[in-house]
Amino acid sequence: MLSKNQARTFFLGGTVVFFLIFLGLSWHTLAREVPKQTNAQNLTESVIRGKEIFDKNNCMGCHTIMGEGAYYAPELTKAYERKGEAYLKTVLTVKEPWAPRGRKMVAYAMSDQDANDVIAFLKWVGEADLNGFPPKPDLQSKVPVPSK
Amino acid sequence: MKYKSQQIAWWFFALSGVLLLLQITYGFIMAFAHLGYDGLHDLIPFNAAPATHKNLLVVWILSGFMGAAYFIIPDEAEHELISVPLAKLQFWSLAIVGVVAVIGFHLNWWEGRKFLEIPRPLDYLVVVNVLLFLYIIIMTLWKGKKRTTTSLVLTMGLLFAALLYLPGMIWFDNQTMDSFFRWWVVHLWVEGVWELIMGGILAYLLIKLTGVDREVIEKWLYVIVGLTFISGILGTGHHYYYIGTPKYWLMIGGIFSAMEPLAFLGMALFALAMYRKGEKRHPNQIALNWTLGTAIISFVGAGLLGVAHTLPAVNMYTHGTFVTAMHGHLAFWGAYGMLVLGMITYATPLMTGRKLYTAPGASYAFWLSNIGMIGMTTAFAAAGVTQVYLERKVGMDFIDTQQAMEVHFLVLIAAATLFTVGIVMFVLNFFKYGKPTDEALERA
Ligand code: HEM
Ligand code: HEM
Ligand SMILES: [Fe+2]
Repeated sequence: MLSKNQARTFFLGGTVVFFLIFLGLSWHTLAREVPKQTNAQNLTESVIRGKEIFDKNNCMGCHTIMGEGAYYAPELTKAYERKGEAYLKTVLTVKEPWAPRGRKMVAYAMSDQDANDVIAFLKWVGEADLNGFPPKPDLQSKVPVPSK
Repeated sequence: MKYKSQQIAWWFFALSGVLLLLQITYGFIMAFAHLGYDGLHDLIPFNAAPATHKNLLVVWILSGFMGAAYFIIPDEAEHELISVPLAKLQFWSLAIVGVVAVIGFHLNWWEGRKFLEIPRPLDYLVVVNVLLFLYIIIMTLWKGKKRTTTSLVLTMGLLFAALLYLPGMIWFDNQTMDSFFRWWVVHLWVEGVWELIMGGILAYLLIKLTGVDREVIEKWLYVIVGLTFISGILGTGHHYYYIGTPKYWLMIGGIFSAMEPLAFLGMALFALAMYRKGEKRHPNQIALNWTLGTAIISFVGAGLLGVAHTLPAVNMYTHGTFVTAMHGHLAFWGAYGMLVLGMITYATPLMTGRKLYTAPGASYAFWLSNIGMIGMTTAFAAAGVTQVYLERKVGMDFIDTQQAMEVHFLVLIAAATLFTVGIVMFVLNFFKYGKPTDEALERA
């Protein structure tokens, strides 16, 4: 039967080994792969400022981005592609809460510059290679279309 | 209870109870907003609610862990805490930082990083606070007569939890890197070092409540926390599927995170086996309910409902939907919520010298809160599956999907009401015991 000492060795040994593997993989991911996959060369000043504004206003408190955040408002990873620049600009700059379909967003009334930065950030996020996320709707083609 | 300094735990438990009630209030605000009742929008915009809900959650759980440590360590080490005034200082600073953070959230003072919304300047205060806490615990252990496995595992968990908070404080320009390290905190906490804390507290409660031999319990404790790290560290990969990190994480994260339930299964089997084996029938049966309950519900909420969406092919569709919220609720409740409430249920009669655990309220609190939480999980599951199919699989518009989900939020509110009645009873019961008294010393 397993002794207490063996159990302790299992715990300490396992922890150290797997933590070291994890550190190695993390280093490889961050140093080698993430810059390529996220187009780090496109992280302009505007994108970085956009991220700061995104953070400061806790946009993640309603939306998800790269699938992370809250579930009250739409996924933003592909918002730039889906809605386009002009639409996003309106949403960020209006002085009344944006609520085209009833659900209210905070009225940020951003300056032109701030809105442009946030949009640059969203464009950058949309161009990152997320291994296929968000998925294409795979059942859409199976929904029968009634003939007129 | 033998040591007078253990009484400090009462304050942490009281704070836990109050913050839990406040957390629930914000849950209702969000649930009503999802139903279309967002009347509070101008006062409390939606994004203030999840930040408050989640941070209060973390603070009441941490406060519970700290109270548990202040109760357990003197008992295990056979030594009074090195300084009660320092522990009091640590308590008040924790409470103040928590309150300031929550008020700040309502004034747009935060960082929009899920679970880590506390702004950087306050983070430094949190670090100082936790250092003070660790100093008291580790020095007490150092000066104590005994260093048991239970106390070492508990302390190691608390120490690692503090260390892992640090990567979450680094600023990155790249959203992917920001998120990468956010998971070092969030994932490596709940699926790593917090399980050490859980294992330690669970082992302590089982030793006390079942009377099974310490050597047997502590051997299995090592095996369980070994399984936790072997699966959970690389299991972090299940958050690195779709955030701009390389594809090898799909394989690594998938395989290792799928093994994570083993540690929780281990805890459940361990608790049940010790319960069967135990000869002692401790009079505090309701504490035993919570102890066995946390071992079982954590396996369901974290283990089963975690594995339900952990494979990359599934997570592609469920990532960032109410399926995640379904799992988040039962996992947090089962593993850490019930654990803290169990510890409180065990310790309060010993601190106050009163034995209200036979009062019917204690039993209702247990059953109502658990039935309520299982109902809530079911409602979140229904909402989540609806969302996955309509929005992700069929491609319906976001708001149309949300409207189709509304009925599930009605059910959520009904179940949450049951849950809340249970929690209110629990907290009232706790305060009915009154404050710790010196007469309770030695008597237990
Ligand atoms: C009356 C009780 C509660 C209600 C009505 C409630 C409601 C909610 C709602 C609606 C959300 C999702 C908001 C969104 O992103 O749109 C949420 C998030 C969350 N709640 Fe609760 N909650 C309650 C109690 C609890 C308790 C007791 C816990 C922990 C033990 C908890 C832990 C969480 C967590 C971890 C999240 C974040 C989940 C995620 O984003 O995936 N909640 N809650
Ligand atoms: C007590 C232990 C656990 C707790 C408290 C917990 C809690 C949570 C919470 C709150 C989230 C949402 C985090 C965020 O979006 O910031 C989450 C996500 C997740 N959890 Fe857990 N969890 C636990 C254990 C597990 C286990 C054992 C597994 C797998 C077997 C698992 C699988 C997942 C997955 C795959 C996600 C990502 C969901 C997504 O892509 O949106 N969890 N968990
Ligand atoms: Fe995780």
